[in-house]
Amino acid sequence: MRIVVLIKQVPDMEKVKFDREKGVIDRGSAGTEINPFDLNALEAAVQIKEANGAEVVALSMGPPSAENALREAIARGADKGILLSDRRFGGSDVKATATTLAAGVKKIGEFDLILAGMQTVDGDTGQVGSEVAEFLDIPHVCYVEKINEVNDEDIRVTTDIWDSVYEEKVKYPGLLTVTKDINSPRLPSFRGKMSARKAEIPVWGLEALQEYLDETMTGIKGSPTMVKRVEVPPAIKREGRVWRDSVDAGVDEFVEILVGAKVVEAR
Amino acid sequence: MAEHKGVMVFGEQKKGKIHKVTYELLGKACELAAKLDEQVYCCVVGPSGIQVDELIFRGADKVFYVTDDDLFELPEVLTYAKNIVRVIEDVKPEICLFGATSFGRSLAPRVAAALKCGLTADCTGLEIDAGDGKLIQIRPAFSENILAHIKSKVLPQMSTVRYKEFDEAVRDSSRKGEVKTYEPIRIADPMIEILEEIQKEEFSIADAKVVVSAGKGLKSPEDLKLIRELAEALGGVVGSSRPLVEEGFISKAHQVGYSGNRVKPKLYVACGVSGAPQHIAGMKESEMIFAINTDPSAPIFNIADYGIVGDLYEVVPKLIERINTRKDVQ
Ligand SMILES: Cc1cc2nc3c(=O)[nH]c(=O)nc-3n(C[C@H](O)[C@H](O)[C@H](O)COP(=O)(O)OP(=O)(O)OC[C@H]3O[C@@H](n4cnc5c(N)ncnc54)[C@H](O)[C@@H]3O)c2cc1C
Ligand SMILES: Nc1ncnc2c1ncn2[C@@H]1O[C@H](COP(=O)(O)O)[C@@H](O)[C@H]1O
Repeated sequence: MRIVVLIKQVPDMEKVKFDREKGVIDRGSAGTEINPFDLNALEAAVQIKEANGAEVVALSMGPPSAENALREAIARGADKGILLSDRRFGGSDVKATATTLAAGVKKIGEFDLILAGMQTVDGDTGQVGSEVAEFLDIPHVCYVEKINEVNDEDIRVTTDIWDSVYEEKVKYPGLLTVTKDINSPRLPSFRGKMSARKAEIPVWGLEALQEYLDETMTGIKGSPTMVKRVEVPPAIKREGRVWRDSVDAGVDEFVEILVGAKVVEAR
Repeated sequence: MAEHKGVMVFGEQKKGKIHKVTYELLGKACELAAKLDEQVYCCVVGPSGIQVDELIFRGADKVFYVTDDDLFELPEVLTYAKNIVRVIEDVKPEICLFGATSFGRSLAPRVAAALKCGLTADCTGLEIDAGDGKLIQIRPAFSENILAHIKSKVLPQMSTVRYKEFDEAVRDSSRKGEVKTYEPIRIADPMIEILEEIQKEEFSIADAKVVVSAGKGLKSPEDLKLIRELAEALGGVVGSSRPLVEEGFISKAHQVGYSGNRVKPKLYVACGVSGAPQHIAGMKESEMIFAINTDPSAPIFNIADYGIVGDLYEVVPKLIERINTRKDVQ
């Protein structure tokens, strides 16, 4: 069995700085990491590999530096990493990203499962997974929070959707997007780090994917949407009254405020 | 290309019951359609007997209704997507709006990809550009730190829209409209089988007027009793930060934040919550925020209207007592 995990390198959200005045994101201000939800997707794949045997291929589209994310994926248990990188992929929106990733999957060839995160912390759309599935014409299930059973022909999962929880059976090949609840990702192992260091990470550009992709389908040209403007909204102004060294006064005064706001009313 | 006209709303329903986000979308669609001088459409896919009149009372000029009693019983995303794509191809709306519910977020990308159009996720604002008449789709990104203004080059211009972002359309029971029904399209081998619906806890934190949340400052699951008592005294419900869910103190339905629930109550009380950006993302739009934390430099105080630096085990019981006496002496 072969599992492809879609992994995106994202800025570390705890450190990235936003310039409110200029309305820009200073990507240089923070290091990068694997999108947190993609670590859950990777962990799910590695657990299936351990239980049932599988080859886990991490696939990413991004700048050349995204190679580091793929090495980290190998350190965390992936067998291989493949990077889709080309200047002409730059500026891709959801559709162009999903089209390019789908082309990468086609070039990989046979696969049984694709695992993706439920969303990225930068693009933040949660749409790439389902679009990849549509472009590959395979079924998908979003918001998977548990894998119940892995069989030869299908996988049974629990998903939280439509204001309820469902158990679904998906035949291969299929795509799942996973939530943070599915598992706790493991840290890179020593052996994994060794393999990561030695691994060859193939980089596929437009030429390598030309059988499945042309220039009009990717990057800015292949993107039906465009970002016209970005604003960094001002922080919401708050009263900011903090009682620092008198709990009793704080309790009394705050309850009076609640009475004034009619949150607390006489019985 | 044939002309695209009209603003279409996907009318989400479950087992025949219309999801409220549909009325919010219809409200917005009426505004947008008025600016464009076009009609409002609603596409509903579901069992027979859906109250399509209600959709007309809420602003739809035309309802496109794909109906079958078995086919749409469960959230079969592929089947829904196929049927919606067919309606959109037939009607050719200029704008198409889906609720950013879990189902809408799974479904809309499949529809957009099949139609080869763009899709802007989780919009919190929609406007018509006075210059070119195009839709400006405003959405938070980068974990809610920025707002991006997005336009589509391809028609229909499609977005998912957050639930509880816009007001519901006003109901006018004298409104008239048309209903067109469609025979459903069946997928020969959908590759997915929904085996079982596992009942979820009937609890919706998003609807609460007051949310009292506990964070890692809480030492044991038993101590949630204290938080529950405060929530009850304030007529609210219990929320929590992510670590308490991870440790199994409380169920996911209570989690507030980026990977949990978004809440906008009248009052949000954070007890022993540090105020990590991922937590704040889920509650920053609360009308009033009150924090209790032993650490005077906890980031939660930066976004709180009021706060007490102190031990929640001391402050919460005092608050409960004070609230209860205050209720009696008015
Ligand atoms: C992708 C991603 C998604 C995430 N999604 C979410 C999410 O949806 N929701 C969420 O909450 N988190 C989320 N997190 C986790 C988040 O980053 C924080 O780790 C988490 O919010 C911290 O929870 P906390 O405030 O309860 O704990 P801590 O940060 O440990 O804070 C505990 C606080 O309690 C105070 N305290 C201790 N004892 C007492 C006492 N006796 N009385 C009063 N105060 C006391 C401490 O001073 C401290 O400020 C996410 C993280 C990632 C990476
Ligand atoms: N550039 C990318 N390379 C690889 N995977 C991606 C990329 N962008 C998105 N994904 C996958 O799609 C999921 C959803 O992303 P998004 O729609 O951007 O929120 C992520 O969690 C990843 O698994």
